Amino acid sequence: MMSFLADYIYYIGAFGLILIGFYIILIKHNLIKVIIGLGILDTGVNLFLISVGYITKGTAPIFSGPGIDSEHMVDPVPQALVLTAIVIGVAVLALALSLAIRLYQHYDTLNLRKIREQKW
Amino acid sequence: MRKAVAIVLLIIVTVGISLSLAKIPFGAPKTKVGKRYIEEGIEDTGATNIVTSVVVNYRGFDTLGEVTVLFIAAIGLGVVLTTSKREEMRKIQPASLILYTGCRLLFPLILVFGTYVFVHGHLTPGGGFQGGAIIASGFLLIYLGCRERRINRVVSNLAESLGGLIFVVIGLLGLVFGGYFLFNFLPKGTANALFSAGIIPIVYIAIGFKVGSELAGIIDNLIEES
Repeated sequence: MMSFLADYIYYIGAFGLILIGFYIILIKHNLIKVIIGLGILDTGVNLFLISVGYITKGTAPIFSGPGIDSEHMVDPVPQALVLTAIVIGVAVLALALSLAIRLYQHYDTLNLRKIREQKW
Repeated sequence: MRKAVAIVLLIIVTVGISLSLAKIPFGAPKTKVGKRYIEEGIEDTGATNIVTSVVVNYRGFDTLGEVTVLFIAAIGLGVVLTTSKREEMRKIQPASLILYTGCRLLFPLILVFGTYVFVHGHLTPGGGFQGGAIIASGFLLIYLGCRERRINRVVSNLAESLGGLIFVVIGLLGLVFGGYFLFNFLPKGTANALFSAGIIPIVYIAIGFKVGSELAGIIDNLIEES
């Protein structure tokens, strides 16, 4: 059990964040909290991608000087994907917040149950 | 009721994902393509930062798509927030002297640091996205400290459009000279020098300008609205 935890602790942490984010999105009625859940979900996905690309005792894939061997370098592809995903996540969160501002100005509430035409 | 349904759904997701994840060992090399990028990246692209060579050279077209997603998000935010009528300027309480002086002192340093990060993107950790985010954080500091200041929207839009245009034009030049989009047609130079790696620094500088001005525009829109 302990060795299982030690082997998979990063996967467990990342998926913990993803599940927490899903739970918040499904349960909460306040729009701001739903957006916070979206942010947590985003972070969890990024963390998961990075931890999939990790190689034991690996370093950053940068040849910053002579004498750096290429044996122990982590996978650069997930890092490149997450690098852009973080910036896009920020922009998408900002877009969601701006929509929340508009909804609040229109309905005077952020409660998703009280917003009209919302069936559940 | 909703809570029970949600928990059951999450349990199903958890079981399914953990069954598949148990077969992926943590910390073992998984892809052949990553290994190839690391071993032959310097000869292929001339950039010593392999992540940069993946972002700008191997998967440059993908990056163009992601920059477009960022652009669309910024445009959407502008459209959503500016359709309403402008109210008259509210009275703004000025920031304290410490914050005012500190942000005026720090702002040029943050700009220089962000520029350093995206100019050296092919050599050191960093690049256009990170440098752009640092520059946008400098503008956020200005909005917090010197509240009456506003960025010049014309200049910011110009930097944004120019960044996107340079990216696309360099890609099309690669199509002309080498036969495919974003072909690295400039000389690669010696590794670890500032002027090396062909088109990679140029494209990353363009991305830095674009991301920085877009994020600063997002901050500007949100602050004007609130």
